[in-house]
Amino acid sequence: MIAVLRDLFRYNGEFAIGCVIMAIILGLAVASFFSPYEPIDSYVVALDAPPSLEYIFGTNSRGQDIFWQLTFAIRNTLAFGFIVALISRILSLTIGLISGYVGGIVDRILMSINDTFIVIPLFPLLVLLYFVLRDDMTWFVLALVMAGLGWAYDARLIRSVMISLRTREFTNTSVFSGMSMPRIVTQEHLPYVLPIVFSTFMNNMNWSIGLEVTLAVLGFTDVDTPTVGGMIFWANQHSAMVSGVWWWYFFPTLFVTLTFIGLFLLAISMNEYIDPRSRLDRMGNS
Amino acid sequence: MTQIPVSAGNGHAHVLETSNLRAYYRMKYFGIDREVRAVDGISIHVRKHEIYGIAGESSCGKTTFIKAIAAAIRPPLEIVGGQVKYSFIDDDLYALPPARRAAIRWRHLSYILQGSMNVLNPVRRIHKTFEDFAFRHMHLPRAEFDQEVRRHLERLRLPAEILRSYPHELSGGMRQRVCIALATLCRPEFIIADEPTTALDVVVQKDVLAMIRETQHEFNSSMIFVTHDLTVHANITDRLGIMYAGRLVEEGRTADVFANPLHPYTAHLIASLPTIGDRHTRDGLHGTPPNLADPPKGCRFHPRCPLAMEICRHENPALTTLAEDHKVACFAASSDVLPTPDEKPNQPEELETER
Amino acid sequence: MRSYAIYVAKRILQFALVVFVGISITFLITHLTPIDPVEHAVAQVSTFGFSSPESIELLRQSLKELYGVGDNLWEEYLIFWRRLAMLDFGPSLSAFPTPVSELIGRAIPWTIGLLTVSTLLSWFIGNVLGGLAGYYSRNRILRVLGMIMMGLHPVPYYIVAFVLLIVFTFLLPILPSSGGYEMNLRTGWTPQFVGSVLMHSILPSLSLILVGVGSWFMGMRALVSNIVTDDYVTYAALAGVPDKKLVTSYVMRNAFLPQITGLAMSIGAIFNGAVITEQVFGYPGIGRLLVEAVHAADYSLVLGITSIAIIAVSAAVFIIDIIYPLIDPRVQVSQ
Ligand SMILES: Nc1ncnc2c1ncn2[C@@H]1O[C@H](COP(=O)(O)OP(=O)(O)OP(=O)(O)O)[C@@H](O)[C@H]1O
Ligand code: SF4
Ligand SMILES: [Mg+2]
Repeated sequence: MIAVLRDLFRYNGEFAIGCVIMAIILGLAVASFFSPYEPIDSYVVALDAPPSLEYIFGTNSRGQDIFWQLTFAIRNTLAFGFIVALISRILSLTIGLISGYVGGIVDRILMSINDTFIVIPLFPLLVLLYFVLRDDMTWFVLALVMAGLGWAYDARLIRSVMISLRTREFTNTSVFSGMSMPRIVTQEHLPYVLPIVFSTFMNNMNWSIGLEVTLAVLGFTDVDTPTVGGMIFWANQHSAMVSGVWWWYFFPTLFVTLTFIGLFLLAISMNEYIDPRSRLDRMGNS
Repeated sequence: MTQIPVSAGNGHAHVLETSNLRAYYRMKYFGIDREVRAVDGISIHVRKHEIYGIAGESSCGKTTFIKAIAAAIRPPLEIVGGQVKYSFIDDDLYALPPARRAAIRWRHLSYILQGSMNVLNPVRRIHKTFEDFAFRHMHLPRAEFDQEVRRHLERLRLPAEILRSYPHELSGGMRQRVCIALATLCRPEFIIADEPTTALDVVVQKDVLAMIRETQHEFNSSMIFVTHDLTVHANITDRLGIMYAGRLVEEGRTADVFANPLHPYTAHLIASLPTIGDRHTRDGLHGTPPNLADPPKGCRFHPRCPLAMEICRHENPALTTLAEDHKVACFAASSDVLPTPDEKPNQPEELETER
Repeated sequence: MRSYAIYVAKRILQFALVVFVGISITFLITHLTPIDPVEHAVAQVSTFGFSSPESIELLRQSLKELYGVGDNLWEEYLIFWRRLAMLDFGPSLSAFPTPVSELIGRAIPWTIGLLTVSTLLSWFIGNVLGGLAGYYSRNRILRVLGMIMMGLHPVPYYIVAFVLLIVFTFLLPILPSSGGYEMNLRTGWTPQFVGSVLMHSILPSLSLILVGVGSWFMGMRALVSNIVTDDYVTYAALAGVPDKKLVTSYVMRNAFLPQITGLAMSIGAIFNGAVITEQVFGYPGIGRLLVEAVHAADYSLVLGITSIAIIAVSAAVFIIDIIYPLIDPRVQVSQ
């Protein structure tokens, strides 16, 4: 495991860059624990101070230090993405495995439902949900709902990997040698599926963070919990661009973009390493 | 080494000549270098109007050899040494500029590959494929070209309707016949066939073989015919080369090889052919085919060879002519068989590869 | 032909399923939450000074009807569907008494126009470039392009739109920053008006295209790098089929077809992007209408837009699905 990571780091530029970016982002998130201010405190520093040695990312029109504000925002945003990805991974793994394994009518029913969720436009539904819940729509409710709606694409992916694994020879061998189905799934197949789960984990985090930022910017989330989107929302509320407080936009945008790129690079570099096709090929040759 | 000169003496009698051809797959996976020596120093020649067969078990490098003589080299495959010469070009195949190489394809050199589903473009009607492959070589106006295609199909007793079909609408046997028609339309001097009948059932296989022989005869083409199926070789090829682990271990007239196999591997292959009324199980070869990324030293067959001697473990037997038109690389076959250095080029020549 | 009919029938079923599930979720969201959206909306509206008691009562009535009052959830559910079937979402609260369907009808052509153009463009550009990048995998320019795409692809629509807005209307003010056309122009097929519409659509569609292109590019590049090793490409290359023909008719054509299915799969996500893009650029489509409706607490309008969006997106997917087998000769529709 360590050796694989080391090799990835050494031979896969995308992985290395992704790691560095994510290390910076995580560092920022961790820094929030050392913040001198509470996240919701406002008017604690000078207003609209441009980036300087004292306030490296400047301050905003609500009297907040953007650097410290950003550390909270990134922490919350990452945590949000993590929770959505975690829950939706459980869903897509379960459904993908069952569908790919059991096949037949179960597969067809599950995949119909699956395709339904792929097609339905989520954004209006989330807006509607906010509309109905308003202040009751906390961060966690949103995460739950998004996880409940965002598993479909990857379930299909996992299913197709399962099907190709199922038809491969070693499954037959294991079946003949009397291994039980659950054991085959966990011992023979999970090692191939898990890396895919990891890589879709990153992609799913990107997806959910992207939606959260979008909703937050529009003010359709709990704007009092600082998130990156929420920061942009407040900047918009104060017409920061017009008043020339560009740093209020710039740093959140920069760091959330870095987060997206970092997660994405990790996902694709992992994909490349674990691409079931090339891995199965390599296995077949040795 | 004692290279016996070719009997005809005239170089032009050979349509294809390879000398010491080496083609390796070179791969890097996360820092681990792997080199699969799939074709490792093969020298053969194919005479005019001859069908030369290549046999050998799966993964011995038959397809790789075909790729090497067809200049179908794409990473990770690399040509690391040797030459490929055709009578219709005056230079080494790999020394030709790509444009000239492209001009030879299909006009002089064509291919029939294993007729699985995928050889023909699935989203293109057959007549389009004929056009793509042959039109620019025929130098005919469109209408006449179409005429010629129809005439050709008729000659091969194929219905003209297939031209309007998509590949998936044809049966496997029909697809393979279409490929043969496609490959012979320009009357090429040389045809390369890689397992052309392998995916077909026995009855269809017979028809397709007959068709291949007929067209080869009618158009006076020469041919390399690859299959692991020795009964097919017995039916169709004039001479036969046996490959084992990237090397040629025996070569001779097909009839001679069958009647008098000189290499223990060939003998084993022939002995394990099913014969009617025979219910004995034979003792198969023990062991598995060698890993070409790390082939055994000396004779590559020695770990599985019933006749292996001490010398076999260290020295590589040279392919030696023992009877007229019959060569073998085995120390046990004759004391005339001498060791040859098991060289492996360290500094691969810089050869231009095509994508 | 018979098998195609069966295929279409199956697709219709799937379409119905999508609409059914989507609308049911909409219903559940509005009915299973502890808040009474009718009272909530009425309260919101009355604070906006819309306060004659009769009209409030009228409003409450029509809202209740829309929301579906009945003795139990099941009855409400049926009423909900009946209203939907007639595309009757009642009057808008924020633009009282204009019917919601009229507001939506006015906005939807903008969205459809913007989405169609930018989706097709990004699909086409992304696939062509990605295909080339997959085929000529060693070309330096295409490699750099690949890296740019890779960087651009994961960035959400909002950020790209916002950056474009700042660059082209603030730092380098050459394009209009908001609206669908210039305010003082009369609508109609005059050159000025059409020109103005085009000018105003540059930034919104550019941001949609920039984000969209990346995923097509990368998907296609991966597809093509698989296809080039397929037998029929190898065979045609062996036959000396010229490179140009090989790329177009052999590699690209085969790779393009599955990307059509990909298009169907991603329309929902593209629609999400359109909502936010319209908002950023003040584009008069249903995305902006939706956001405004939320801010104005216009319950019937939000409900109407959500329902219409679900139906429209699934209809688009349905149409692509049933056209696909007609384009791809390989699909044996019976399967
Ligand atoms: N693209 C590739 N990359 C790496 N190794 C390869 C590749 N293609 C073939 N090989 C290896 O080269 C060796 C020779 O393969 P080749 O396809 O030439 O065998 P073959 O004799 O044609 O077998 P078969 O009868 O199964 O077609 C095998 O060990 C195979 O694993
Ligand atoms: S050389 Fe030795 S090992 Fe090789 S085939 Fe002959 S006897 Fe067997
Ligand atoms: Mg082969």
